[in-house]
Amino acid sequence: MSEGEMILTVEDLRKFFELRKGLFSKPVYVKAVDGVTFTLKKGESISLVGESGSGKTTLGKTILRLYEPTKGKIIFKDKDVTHLSSESLMWYRRETSLIQQDPYGALPSFLPIRRIIEEPLIIHKIGDKSERLKRVYDALSAVRLTPVEDFASKYPHMLSGGQLQRVAIARALALEPELVIADEPVSMLDASVRIETLTLLRNLQETRKISFIYITHDLATTKYFSERLFIMYAGKILESGNIRDVIMKPLHPYTQALIKAIPDPDPENRKVLRDVPPGEPPNLIHPPSGCRFHPRCPYVMDICRVEEPPIVEREKEGFVACWLHAKH
Amino acid sequence: MEQSLLDVRNLHLYYATRKGVVKAVDDISLSLKRGETVAVVGESGCGKTSTARAIIRLLPRNVHLYRGSIILDGKNIMELDDERFRKDVRWKKISMVFQGAMNSLNPILKAGYQVAEPLMIHENMSKVEALKRAGEALRMVGIHESFIDRYPFELSGGMKQRVVIAMALITRPQIIILDEPTSALDVITQANIMNLLKKLKNELELSYIFITHDIALSSELADKVAVMYAGEIVEMADAETFYVKPSHPYAEKLMASVPTLRTDKQLDFIPGAPPSLIYPPPGCRFHPRCPYAFDKCMKERPTAVDLGSGHYVKCWLYA
Repeated sequence: MSEGEMILTVEDLRKFFELRKGLFSKPVYVKAVDGVTFTLKKGESISLVGESGSGKTTLGKTILRLYEPTKGKIIFKDKDVTHLSSESLMWYRRETSLIQQDPYGALPSFLPIRRIIEEPLIIHKIGDKSERLKRVYDALSAVRLTPVEDFASKYPHMLSGGQLQRVAIARALALEPELVIADEPVSMLDASVRIETLTLLRNLQETRKISFIYITHDLATTKYFSERLFIMYAGKILESGNIRDVIMKPLHPYTQALIKAIPDPDPENRKVLRDVPPGEPPNLIHPPSGCRFHPRCPYVMDICRVEEPPIVEREKEGFVACWLHAKH
Repeated sequence: MEQSLLDVRNLHLYYATRKGVVKAVDDISLSLKRGETVAVVGESGCGKTSTARAIIRLLPRNVHLYRGSIILDGKNIMELDDERFRKDVRWKKISMVFQGAMNSLNPILKAGYQVAEPLMIHENMSKVEALKRAGEALRMVGIHESFIDRYPFELSGGMKQRVVIAMALITRPQIIILDEPTSALDVITQANIMNLLKKLKNELELSYIFITHDIALSSELADKVAVMYAGEIVEMADAETFYVKPSHPYAEKLMASVPTLRTDKQLDFIPGAPPSLIYPPPGCRFHPRCPYAFDKCMKERPTAVDLGSGHYVKCWLYA
């Protein structure tokens, strides 16, 4: 894991959204992403897990420069893309891609599938008409929507949710991007279709050596589709590491709670209560001082309320941001 | 044998649409004892919510066929007229937590009033008294009584869901139908709500009909499981049997598609999609997707096979 070239480096990335309460009052900020640092190797697949409102979607969109970063740095293929504009941004858009949660909303209902997948090729002026059509057919067969000619002429309303999401995947991969961020790509699909879609995505990621960030709230699916895990809470990453390591031996109290909260099918479940902390994630306008998890943490100490926790290396790889593990 | 609290026999609910008759609930039977939970699981569009609506009789206008018997406490409530059903059964004996209900709270009414409303409507209780009971109900679901005066926008998602559960509890029903009660909540909040539902079940000896597409989650409450496919119950088994080894090929595949956190397993999926409920496949409705399908499955509709101790499977493999 140590060798291999970096494709993406994110350093202390922040994204604040301005909220103006009144005309003359001072603006307040929603600190959606508040100091995130990590690296991604070429061809690697990582999972970013967090509950709603943890900032995981904002982080994904900021990395792809769909949002302008407030602070920090994004290095993609040795190039600083934090504040790219116009021409070079077009290059970045061609190299990266996003798969969104809701395929119904992501695909225009008035265009046939052929045209939907062709759109990015037209925008980036790739090939002539017949060449583009060939690439559309290739993309459709890659996501196993066959016979491709049939699917190409259909409209979104004629397809099922799972098929639509595969069209969205085909479109996202049409430009052969090197970095793909999939934001809850299967959470709107049925359980059995979910696995089918994720398996397809994983196969494409591996054969095409795409660098991949899988954003989800569903911890159970992550280990089937990536190697490294990042746990996000209230705009910050609290723990990272090898997925199986983190699941077997979670160090952060939040990660522990998250794992305890998730049931596996088991008839014993109904007989026991789950040991999870009460409360819900904090608001991001005035996040808690010190460690952001401290109001819900069962092991909270005085220092947690005042000072931001230190970043402590995990045994094998990754880190945990928690005072419990601080080395004195 | 202990007597059933609820006994649903040969229940049908068909809808008339322009394209044809949708057989949303097609001859299902299930029973429920006091204090027992049955989980109804299956993919979307297999008739889970329609089953719930048929039991609590909240039907759309385009009903084509509504037939069968529902015996509650020894009385066939299908024979009651709508007015009697509304007065004596709905909410008084059977209440429901609707999918996404937390987002359907009235934004301009205080939470306490919305919880108290069923009492004023169904039991002609005075507002003062009803609000007092609403306070108690809120306390039961773990919300401080002072929240009675809060508006929905002042509550978090988890609290709104607790308010909706309090609404379903306030008339002290025997049965609560839970339709995806945690679908929009975060995992830790979901676990807290499941804890609450477990406590309420034990304290009040409630029976639940728990509708969900999430098999892992269903095991949090289910004493027994009904697997629905294309409008039918294809397997009915107790939790001990079902979560260890489901028998129907559909249930087996569904279980194999559940990613587990603590153990590693080869994930599987069911190719294809559930069939149309207007023109369901002949024979066994699962046969086009079934890896074990043989000749008979394509022609004859399987009947329920009794595998003993309340375990039923509709599959020719077991006949």
